[in-house]
Parts: sequence; structure tokens; C-alpha cells
Amino acid sequence: MSDRPEGHVKFDNVGLRYGTDPEVLSNLSFTLYPGSFYFLTGASGAGKTSLLKMLYLAQRPSRGAIRMFGQDLVTMPQTRLPELRRRLGVVFQNFRLVPYLTAFDNVALPLRLAGTEEKKVVKAVGDMLDWVGLAHRAHAVPPTLSGGEQQRVAIARAVIARPKMLIADEPTGNVDPEMALKLLRLFEALNNRVGTTVVVATHDVHLLKKVPDSLIMRLNKGQLSDPTGALRYPPRPSAPGTGGS
Amino acid sequence: MSTLPPLSAETDNEAEDTLAPVRPRGRAAARLLPPTRLTGPIPWVIAILIALVVIAAAGGLALRNLASSANAGLSRAVSVQIVEPNPDLRSARGAAAVKVLTGIEGVQAVRLVPEADLNAMLEPWLGEGVASGDVPIPALIDVELTRSAGPDEIARIEALLGAQVPGARVDAQGDWLRPVQDALAALQYLAFGLIALVALATAAAVWLSARNAFAAARETVEIMHLLGASQRQIAAVFLRDVVREAAFGAVFGGLAGAGAVWLLGQQFAALDSGMVGGGGLMLADWLVIACIPLAGVLLAMATARITIALALRDML
Repeated sequence: MSDRPEGHVKFDNVGLRYGTDPEVLSNLSFTLYPGSFYFLTGASGAGKTSLLKMLYLAQRPSRGAIRMFGQDLVTMPQTRLPELRRRLGVVFQNFRLVPYLTAFDNVALPLRLAGTEEKKVVKAVGDMLDWVGLAHRAHAVPPTLSGGEQQRVAIARAVIARPKMLIADEPTGNVDPEMALKLLRLFEALNNRVGTTVVVATHDVHLLKKVPDSLIMRLNKGQLSDPTGALRYPPRPSAPGTGGS
Repeated sequence: MSTLPPLSAETDNEAEDTLAPVRPRGRAAARLLPPTRLTGPIPWVIAILIALVVIAAAGGLALRNLASSANAGLSRAVSVQIVEPNPDLRSARGAAAVKVLTGIEGVQAVRLVPEADLNAMLEPWLGEGVASGDVPIPALIDVELTRSAGPDEIARIEALLGAQVPGARVDAQGDWLRPVQDALAALQYLAFGLIALVALATAAAVWLSARNAFAAARETVEIMHLLGASQRQIAAVFLRDVVREAAFGAVFGGLAGAGAVWLLGQQFAALDSGMVGGGGLMLADWLVIACIPLAGVLLAMATARITIALALRDML
């Protein structure tokens, strides 16, 4: 146990309820390790988005404890949360692009929020848009982009600042199978080359087979199951960044 | 798309491991949202409110000047009346009173008001017959003291004078103006009360403006929030617009109010009345008035910052 690395995220007996309704998530206890690639699966209404909201710090748990990057979220002052959020990259289910801003400015947002020098922002965003094949659409605003283009802008925005953890909620839901595969390869590249921990929520079981080293967390009626042993340590011998071979 | 581009803006791992506070940069924050144009009634509402504050403040300052001018002129002035129906005796006692008063310590100047001057002053009320001597008019002596004519001073002069000049009555001239001064003070309080009320109305207008702007951009704010924007950064974006609107309203309202005050001043100056003349605005007063638009902008900034902070508090 002593050689076990500290996870990026640790949930300890976490429960979530909205108002006085019954818990939508119950007794979640798991650890996400650096450099791993996780799929979060489950039927619609299983609680995937609620769990992701807690992961990307949009929702507090009703009970239990969460540690993220060594910080206790329960005791952490609210004013320090932005610093933690800047270590995350999030691809929202409905993209959540700023409609007034161009594709370029949307992708530039995380860097500008972090106070990056504008000259570096211009170069980095140009490279990133080129990478996702949208250099020619840099000055288009989201309402004029197709669903797939918006999705790629959202992904570019999520990875531009090289997050320690990438969280994607149904990132392939609005694109054709070919584009879905390209996006997955992009996540894999981020995972393999930069060591970013990736968490992808999807209800598309075909996607799971496309990333061979991925680990699967399954949600069913608010309870988490562990079909591939993803929540145990070591989660998988070949998992990148976990010390496996 | 398979090769992740090297990012010139990429942060190194050591830097990432430190949760150092990031300082929002003004220019970067300003690029987060597109600038909005001056639309809607808020700048005009602020302009009207600032103009009202300027006029109320100018009124309050003018009244204060008027009160202090009147007070300065009369605080050391004393009137001595010799009430005696016999003209010869009255004249003799008047001369005696002047002599006694001139020798009293603390008396700077003594002037027996000529009978002709008294008659001229009273003629509008008593008619032309006042000069005939049918109506006995007291002799009047203006006395200026070296210090304020307080009750003790009046009593002392009355005692010294009464021993040699029977029928002499000593009054502090300021006493005659006391009701006027009380009224002026009440008007000053009213002006400052109006300023406070209009300042509250300005804050309310800005609060509504900031809240509406925030509600309209809530989706964008949430996105920025989830991408790691700090409260200061989000507030800076909104403050930029609020400050621009408030500055426009403050400058416009300040100029309009100052113009109205200047015109009113010209009108009152044309009256050429001694008392009203004391109610003019000094350079320091104009400086105070010039600070009102600036105070309005600061008030708008503080109100907007508090409004946005309260709205963001509800977000995790």
C-alpha cells in the first residue's frame, strides 16, 4: 500500500441529493489515478452527469469527502476553487461555448483566465485550432458552426491549457462515427503524450472497445460498480502513468 | 489531428503543482466578453440622479455660506435702543450712551444712527408722518464688539449702561436672525437628506442594472466560472460596463447640474440683495461639487461589485 501513488481524485462515501429528493448518487468511494483513461458508463438517468458535475467542481456532495489534487474540497475555501478548476479540462454535454465569442476566443478562454501572455495565446490557440481541423473557422461564432465543429471547439478549449484531468460528458454524442473515433484518438493522444487523466462519460458501449487501455466505471441507479477493477489499485497493469508496464 | 501540438503557452509541471493565486489582468478580462454599448435607460437615470445631487449639494453649500455670512456679520453686533418719548431727552441720553459705550472694554465701534436714517427705514411701514415726531421713535445705536455678543456680554453692557442711561435696551443683532438661521439650517438638513436619498436611488439603479446584466449573461458567467474564472475576473468584466455607463451618466449629469447651479447663481446675483449675496459658492464649494460625479462612479462600482459578489456566492 505504501507505494500506491496518490490519486488525482478520491471520493470517500460520497452521496448526492437535490433538495429533499432521494439520493441520486449513493456511497461513492473510488480513486482516479494519474494518467489513466476512464470510461464512465450507465443508462440515461444513472447519474453520470451528476457525478461529472462533482468532478468538475460544479456541484458539492451532500455527504462524504472529496479530495482533488491533494486538496480537501470540503474544507477548501470557495475562493481557491478557481485555481483547482484551471487544472481541469471539461467537455460539456451541450458544449457550453460562449455564443458571442469566436471559435478562437472560446478556445483562448482558459489561457486568458489564467493570465497567459496574449502573444502565447495567439500561437497556442492557432496551433490547437489547426490540430482539431478548425483553423479556417477561427473567426466563426458558435451559432454558425455545425454540431461537430462546436464539439471540436469545445474539446480544443478543454485541452488548450494541458489539464491534469480531462472530463468529457458524452463528447461523441453529436458527431458521426468517424469523427467520434477521431475525437477519441485525440483524447488518447492527450492521455498518452501528456499523461492527462481522462474521464469520458458515455452510454455508447461501442466506444469502450476503441480505447484498449481504458478502465470502465459503471453507474447503475446511483451506485458505482467496477467491472474492470478500475477502482482498485493497481487498476490495470498496462494503464499509463500508474507505474504499470 | 493525431499529434498534439506543442503549446507555447503550456505551463510546466512544477508551476502546475503550485496552487498560486492568479492575478486577473485587466486587458485579458476585458476580452472575455464583448463590450456592450450604452443602451437602456441606466446611464440617463444616473445622469438625472447625479444632476439632482449636484443641485441639492450646491443648494446646501449656498445655504451654509449664507448662514455663516449672516452670522459673521452679526455675531459681534449689538443694538442699543433709547426708548424715550421726549425728543430732547432722548437725544441727550443717546449722546450719553455713546459716550459710555465708547469707554466700555470690548467695544470696537459705536455709531449713533442718524434720525433721518431711522425715519427713512421706517417710512415704508409708518408712512410719511414718521418724520413729524408724532410717533416717538427710539434712538438707535449700532455697537460693534471685539468678540461675540453672547448673553454674558449683553448683560455686562446693559449693566454698565443702565446705571447712567435709564431706558437703554441692549440686544444682540444676531438674535433677530436666529429664526432665519434655524430655517436655513433646516433647509441644509433637507438638502443633505435629499443627497442621501438620491445616492440610495443611484445605488438602486446600478444594482438593478448590474443584476440584469448578470442575469442576461448568466450562462456565460457559469461557463467562465467552470473554466476557472475567479470572482474578481468575472466582476471585472461586468464592472467595465457598469463603470462606463456610470461614468457617462456621472459626467453628463454633473455638467447638467453644474450648469443649472451656475444659471441659478446668476439669477440670484442679479437680485443684488445683501443677504442673498452671501450665499454664493466659493472655489472650495465648486471643488466639492466636482467630486460628486466621481463619488457617483465609485458608488456605482461598489454597488456593482457587491451585487455580483452576492450573485456569484450562489455558485459553487
